Amino acid sequence: MSESPKKVMITVRKAPHGSIYVQEAIEVMFIVASFGMELSVAFIDDGVLALKSGQDTGELGIKGFMASLGALTDFEVTKVYADQQSLDDRNLSEDDLVFIGEDEETEEPVKAKITSSENIAKMMAEQDSIMSL
Amino acid sequence: MKLTILILEGPYNHQASDSAYQLIQASLASGHEIHGVFFYHDGVYNVNKQMDPPQDDRHIANRWAELGKSGIDIVVCIAAAKRRGITDEVLVPDTRISGLGQLAKMTMESDRLVVFGD
Amino acid sequence: MLHTVNKSPYSNTALESCLRFIQQDDVILLLEDGVYAAANGTRISHLIEKALDTHSVYAIQADVKARGLQDLITGVKLADYQDFVKLLETHRSNAWL
Repeated sequence: MSESPKKVMITVRKAPHGSIYVQEAIEVMFIVASFGMELSVAFIDDGVLALKSGQDTGELGIKGFMASLGALTDFEVTKVYADQQSLDDRNLSEDDLVFIGEDEETEEPVKAKITSSENIAKMMAEQDSIMSL
Repeated sequence: MKLTILILEGPYNHQASDSAYQLIQASLASGHEIHGVFFYHDGVYNVNKQMDPPQDDRHIANRWAELGKSGIDIVVCIAAAKRRGITDEVLVPDTRISGLGQLAKMTMESDRLVVFGD
Repeated sequence: MLHTVNKSPYSNTALESCLRFIQQDDVILLLEDGVYAAANGTRISHLIEKALDTHSVYAIQADVKARGLQDLITGVKLADYQDFVKLLETHRSNAWL
């Protein structure tokens, strides 16, 4: 087995709030990143809805995960991608996306990187493990 | 081949637990190693000793206890377990509660991660 | 890569999504409700028929039998869990839930 850090991708394909999958996936992201593995996260299909700005679960009485999502990069979760096709299907653009933290070097707020399904597919092919959550 | 199996759904409600069990049995029969089984989301319900299915149907928690007894690390995520009221008191024997770090560790140390869910 | 699909294709887009991300030499394994995608002559049979041009497609036999499926798309290979293990020996896994 190679000695270089393992490449792990977490895929998030479910909509937020209607189920806990997204919230609990974010908890996994923090832990996996802290273990020194090379983590990428791909939001695909309904998963891109989790990246929409302006979410507010207050009236639902649900704590939600928006604060955690806004701090992904603070916790070393920096390779975060959103599938272009999934966004297009849902009439979402980069303007609609939430900030997931700050760029380590520039300290500018950053969002998930919108990329093609083909690019995500190529990334998937390079992973040692894919954690579908 | 060392496998880590991640199970994301509860027993009976979804087939995930059953499919995972079938893969584990086939892997062991082929001489492969199950490095660990990790339960997340509703998967934590799989090891609840209080489950009481009909006599003529499979007892899912007991299956996990048997695998645990044979030496396989059967782990339930503490955060997911706490949310769902799964505590040490209700665990079947030879299974344990631990942190998400265990999932990370198992994944790092395995050749394959296979996920069963909904 | 071994792509596993366990949801019914009539109600869930997992199979379609899988097919959007699949790469050359990747393999598809249908299990649980995913085996319904292997049924012949349905609204979505064309997805598997097209996939078969370039990929191997397996369906877990026990799941096919459980669901009483008999008329399967030609080219879909029935597999047992030993076959699933064999596929894992040479492929990493990607679950489309």
